[in-house]
Amino acid sequence: MRVLMGIALLLFALLGSILSPRPAHAALTIEIIGGGERQIPVAIAPLQGEARLPHRISEVVAADLARTGLFRMVDPGGIAPMPVEPGEVRYGDWTSRGAEALVIGSITPTADGRFEVRFRLLDVQKQVQLAGFSYTISGAQARNAAHRIADVVYEKLLGIPGAFATRIVYVVKQGPRYELQVSDADGFGAQTVLASNEPIISPTWAPDGNRLAYVSFEAKKPIVYVQTLSSGQRRAVANFRGSNSAPAWSPDGRRLAVVLTRDGNSQIYMMSAQGGSASRLSNSASIDTEPNFSPDGQSLLFTSDRGGSPQIYRMSVSGGSVERLTFDGTYNVSPRYSPDGKSFVYVQRSGGRFNLMLQELGTRQVIPLTDGVIDESPSFAPNGRMILYASKQGGRGILAAVSNDGRIKQRLTVQSGDVREPAWGPMQKGF
Amino acid sequence: MRRILVSAVIVGVLAGCAGKDVKDEAPVEERRPDAVTAPPVTAPQQKPKPPVVTQVESKPLGANPLKDPNNILSKRSVLFDYDSAAVKDEFKPIVTAHAKYLTDNRGRKVVVQGNTDERGSREYNLALGQRRAESVKKMMMLLGATDGQIETVSFGEEKPRAMGSEESAWSQNRRADIVYDGE
Repeated sequence: MRVLMGIALLLFALLGSILSPRPAHAALTIEIIGGGERQIPVAIAPLQGEARLPHRISEVVAADLARTGLFRMVDPGGIAPMPVEPGEVRYGDWTSRGAEALVIGSITPTADGRFEVRFRLLDVQKQVQLAGFSYTISGAQARNAAHRIADVVYEKLLGIPGAFATRIVYVVKQGPRYELQVSDADGFGAQTVLASNEPIISPTWAPDGNRLAYVSFEAKKPIVYVQTLSSGQRRAVANFRGSNSAPAWSPDGRRLAVVLTRDGNSQIYMMSAQGGSASRLSNSASIDTEPNFSPDGQSLLFTSDRGGSPQIYRMSVSGGSVERLTFDGTYNVSPRYSPDGKSFVYVQRSGGRFNLMLQELGTRQVIPLTDGVIDESPSFAPNGRMILYASKQGGRGILAAVSNDGRIKQRLTVQSGDVREPAWGPMQKGF
Repeated sequence: MRRILVSAVIVGVLAGCAGKDVKDEAPVEERRPDAVTAPPVTAPQQKPKPPVVTQVESKPLGANPLKDPNNILSKRSVLFDYDSAAVKDEFKPIVTAHAKYLTDNRGRKVVVQGNTDERGSREYNLALGQRRAESVKKMMMLLGATDGQIETVSFGEEKPRAMGSEESAWSQNRRADIVYDGE
C-alpha cells in the first residue's frame, strides 16, 4: 500500500513538472519559394467593420491563399466605396485590375457580444455569386473564421477542399528543454501542450483532431503516450519492457499501431488507443518500424530492413502477404499515405542527402519533391495538396512544406529554437 | 533546543549519505534494507543511531567495483561502427566483465541503452539503437547473465554524447551504455 502511494505521489510530482500548458512565444513566419504556373487572380476586399476584430479577416484570407502559390492577390486599395453587398459591386473596377474572383462581406456585432461574419465569393467575369456564408463567432475566433473563408474560396475556385482551418503539431528544442507545440496551420496561436527535459518524438494526430499520440523519454526510455488536447489528460498507452515507439492511428481513431521491442527486435503491434494488451502484427527477424495506416484502414506502410537495407513495404492489417514498394537506393524510410490512398511520401537518402519522394501506387512512378540537405518527417495536409516536413537551415531545425507536385515550397521559421517532428492535423469540425 | 535541532539536521544529512552509498554498494545485499533510511523519516529528534554513523565512516571510497576507475566494470560504453550492431573486439572485455558481474550477482539488473548518430529517420534510428542494445544483451546472456537481468531500450539519435555533425562526434554517439539499477 505504501509503495502504491509512493508511486502515486511520484507520478503526481512528475506530472506537475511536465505538464505546464502555456502559450508559446515563438510565432512561425512563412516564406514562399516558387509558385504555380498559373495563379488565379483574386481580390479580397476589406470586410466592412473588420477593424472591430483582433485580426483583420481579409488579410488572413489573403495570406492563406497567397501562401499556396496558386493564387495572385489583386490589391483592392483605392476602390471607394468598398462594396459590401453584391448589388454594390462595380465589376469594371475589378476586371480592370485583372481579378477573376472577389470576396466581399461585413462584420456585425451581435446582441450577445459576438460577431456575425458575412461573406460572399463572386465570379467577376460572370458577375455571379459562387458562395455565400455567415458565421457567428467570438473575437478570439477571428483567425479561424478567416481560415474557413479561405477554405471556401480555395474549394470553389480549385475544386479541391482547402486545409487552412487545420492545426499542426511539432517539437521545439530550446537548450535542454523540449516542448510539444500545437499551432494553426499558418503557425499562429502556438501553444505548448507538453514540456519536458527529455526528448519527445513522433507526435501524430488522432482523426478526431483532439488527441495526440507521441513518444516521450521522460521515464528514461521511449514510451507511447496519448494526450487529449481539450482536457490536457495524458496516459501511457504502450509501456512494455524495452522500447515503445512509432505510434500510428487507425482511421477510426480506436486503435494504434506501435513498435515494441518486448520480443527482442523492433516489430509492429496493434493495440487499443486506450492502452492495454498488444498483439504482434509484423513477424520478421529484422527491424519493422514506422507503420502508417492506409485511409481505408486495410493496410499499413512500414519501413523494414529485411532486405538488407531500409525500404518501404506494405502489408495487410489482417496479416498475410508483404510487398516491397521501394527499390531505388539503399535508404528509403518514413512512409506516409496520401489522404486519397493513391500515393505515399517517404524519405530517400542519396549521396548523403535526405529528401522527400512521392510514389504513385498505381504506376509506381516516383517524383522527387525536395532538394534540401536533410529533409525528413513528412506528413500530408488533409486535402493531400501539401506535405509538411522538417528541414535544416543554418544548423537549426525548421519546418517546411512542399506541394505534392514539388513545385511550391514554403518555409516556416520560428524565432528561436530547433523545430522538428511536425505533423499536420485533420480537418476540423466546428469552431 | 537549538542543539537538538542541529543534531537532527546532522542525522538527516548522515542518513542521506548512508542511503546513497549503500545503494551504490548494493552487491552486499544485507545493507540495502529500509532500516538504513529509517532515521530521517521517523523521529528527527532522536539521537543518531550509531550503526548509521559507523557505516558511513567505515566505508572506504572505491569499494564499489562498478565505480572503481581501476576496475573494468567502471567502463560502461560500447561503441559501434556505422550501420553496425556488432560488438567490436576492443569492447568485448567490457561486455564480458559485466556479464560475469551479473552472473555472480543475480540480484543485480542493468538497462542497456542503445544510441545512434544523428543521420536518418528518428524512428529508424530508434530501432537501430535498440539493435545495438540487443547485441550487447545477447553477448551477456551467452556469457551467463539472464534475460530477466537485462532490459534493452533505445534512445536512438535523441541523446547524443558528443555534439557536432562530423565523424568524431558521430563515432561517440553510435553507442550502447550499460546502466545498473539504482544508478
